[in-house]
Amino acid sequence: MSGKKAKEYWSKNLRYLAILLSIWFVVSYGCGILFVDELNNFRLGGFKLGFWFAQQGSIYVFVVLIFVYVKWMNKLDKEYGFDEE
Amino acid sequence: MSVQTWTWIIVGITFTLYFGIAIWARAGSTKEFYIAGGGVSPLANGMATAADWMSAASFISMAGLISFMGYDGGVYLMGWTGGYVLLALLLAPYLRKFGKFTVPDFIGDRYYSNTARTVAVFCALIVSFTYVAGQMRGVGIVFSQFLQVQIHIGVIIGMCVVLFFAFLGGMKGITYTQVAQYCVLIFAFMVPAIFISFNMTGNPVPQIGMGGTLENGSYLLDTLDDLHTKLGFSEYTSGSKSTWDVFAITCALMVGTAGLPHVIVRFFTVAKVRDARKSAGLALLFIAILYTTAPAVAVFARTNLIETVSEKKYSDIPEWFKNWENTGLIAWADKNNDGKIQYVAGNALEGKKPIFTNARGSNGERILENASMKTNNELYVDRDIMVLANPEIANLPNWVIALVAAGGLAAALSTAAGLLLVISTSVSRDLIKMQLRPNISEKSELMVARGSILVAVVIAGIFGIYPPGFVAAVVALAFGLAAASFFPAIILGIFDKRMNREGAIAGMVVGISLMLFYMIRYKTGLIGVMDPRPASEWWFGTSPEGFGTIAMLVNFVVSMVVSRLTPAPPQHVQDIVENIRIPSGAGKATH
Repeated sequence: MSGKKAKEYWSKNLRYLAILLSIWFVVSYGCGILFVDELNNFRLGGFKLGFWFAQQGSIYVFVVLIFVYVKWMNKLDKEYGFDEE
Repeated sequence: MSVQTWTWIIVGITFTLYFGIAIWARAGSTKEFYIAGGGVSPLANGMATAADWMSAASFISMAGLISFMGYDGGVYLMGWTGGYVLLALLLAPYLRKFGKFTVPDFIGDRYYSNTARTVAVFCALIVSFTYVAGQMRGVGIVFSQFLQVQIHIGVIIGMCVVLFFAFLGGMKGITYTQVAQYCVLIFAFMVPAIFISFNMTGNPVPQIGMGGTLENGSYLLDTLDDLHTKLGFSEYTSGSKSTWDVFAITCALMVGTAGLPHVIVRFFTVAKVRDARKSAGLALLFIAILYTTAPAVAVFARTNLIETVSEKKYSDIPEWFKNWENTGLIAWADKNNDGKIQYVAGNALEGKKPIFTNARGSNGERILENASMKTNNELYVDRDIMVLANPEIANLPNWVIALVAAGGLAAALSTAAGLLLVISTSVSRDLIKMQLRPNISEKSELMVARGSILVAVVIAGIFGIYPPGFVAAVVALAFGLAAASFFPAIILGIFDKRMNREGAIAGMVVGISLMLFYMIRYKTGLIGVMDPRPASEWWFGTSPEGFGTIAMLVNFVVSMVVSRLTPAPPQHVQDIVENIRIPSGAGKATH
């Protein structure tokens, strides 16, 4: 395989990781921990919003993040011909 | 039918199923024994990972812990799910591409060093033993409850059962039993949750019911906050831990999740890199079903508990209360002699566990030796019983209560079996085959693997009988250890081509030593030598559970500095790194 192609593939992969992990950080550490008191002033039905993020919302986002990653990477693999048979 | 009869029937059926699978899928080769032959489908692997992952701690203790911690319980929810994002994005695909059997395999090859491999083996053993101790305790609690025996006898029964699965089937048997165990445990967890949610809030989906309204129209969570405030506890939806400590614990649990050998090894069992990614996603989906329900169960259980016992006469209390009192997991001392249960903030006991005399009090309660006269709180409830007792507290039918016992057993057994396998693999493959006796035949290697499972079970059982704390608390420390040792070495091995042998070894040794030191100094103590130091002396106010975060950062810094001061890794190792970054050509895992 050509080194240039591999390098390009890798830097795109790193960019995906940066995007997804930023979201990962913001929903859990951001909404669920650091800004929980501020968010608790808002409500989502019977939940205080910050509490909801800490005990429910962040988990839903985690699941979505992995499936987005799977989708993006499968597409990227195909684009660069790195997909397996 | 009575609960006892139902329990026997349901546990009997599920165990017959597990034994059947274990016999059908027994392992013939080392490859089947270590990684199930390497051809497990992403779906099956996702379920098996979820069962492997969701331990006695998740099933039995977590909802209970959360119901006593309120908002602070979020550390477990986020920590034990968020790690899968790290695992899926940063570790699983690359380790699958690397294509070996174990984590120490990766460390040993990537860092071209048997010393690194040995350090990794010892880290794997320490982590797995800490973790499995908690599991055996969980097995003991469940068995003791439904057979009405002492916990240590429950532990011994559990040991025998686990031994059977792991011994016969290796990874292959364990994987397919775990698929069955996942189905049992999730069903067992969801059924009572749905029942209770519907009864309390009219909504059968617990995740929504938790934010729903009670019959009187007020929100459940607001009602619980009010109850808490009235009894002198801090508000349920706000925490009592410092923001930093919540942050540190969550981080240590997440990173630890991604660094646990028994979780990582699961991704060696699928056929391709894309399967590894997908099965990480599926695993988290399966886990999330339980993890988003647990906080709801915690809220229901907490509300029910307070409403059932607070200011009620002991003589009118339901049967379950007395059953649990008999096993020593609930205790009550009538401090003000009014015959009613006062459940308010403060420790009911001197020390952590109740100590009973053989006598009964005037109301028929077991007399406590160590009731604390400093507080007005009369009730001690062990956190571990909340999930098990929840259906009884909520007056659910007997078969539901029995189902929960079967689910708890499935959760504890599947995790214990997975861990014991990692322990035996570490010994038979990473130590004996790779280092001491490279020429060992496949047949003798299998024998060694099975022999080490036997030894591991006995040691784990001893830990289970003499546990250093609550199930989940002990398990939480295993995450700190994994975070402090493996995670940086693996991440840097993939993402930093310049990382070399010296850096990785230095990082792992410093990381795990620091974590062990902190854990012994502030949490467990050394029996006969010293007691744990008080929380006021914690470094930067970091609890032992959260200290893994600091130890991990220290590991990263040490690794980076040392690697830059020592020679770069040889070319062929740098080529390995290039290679694992590309998914194609993963092939089958090899020796």
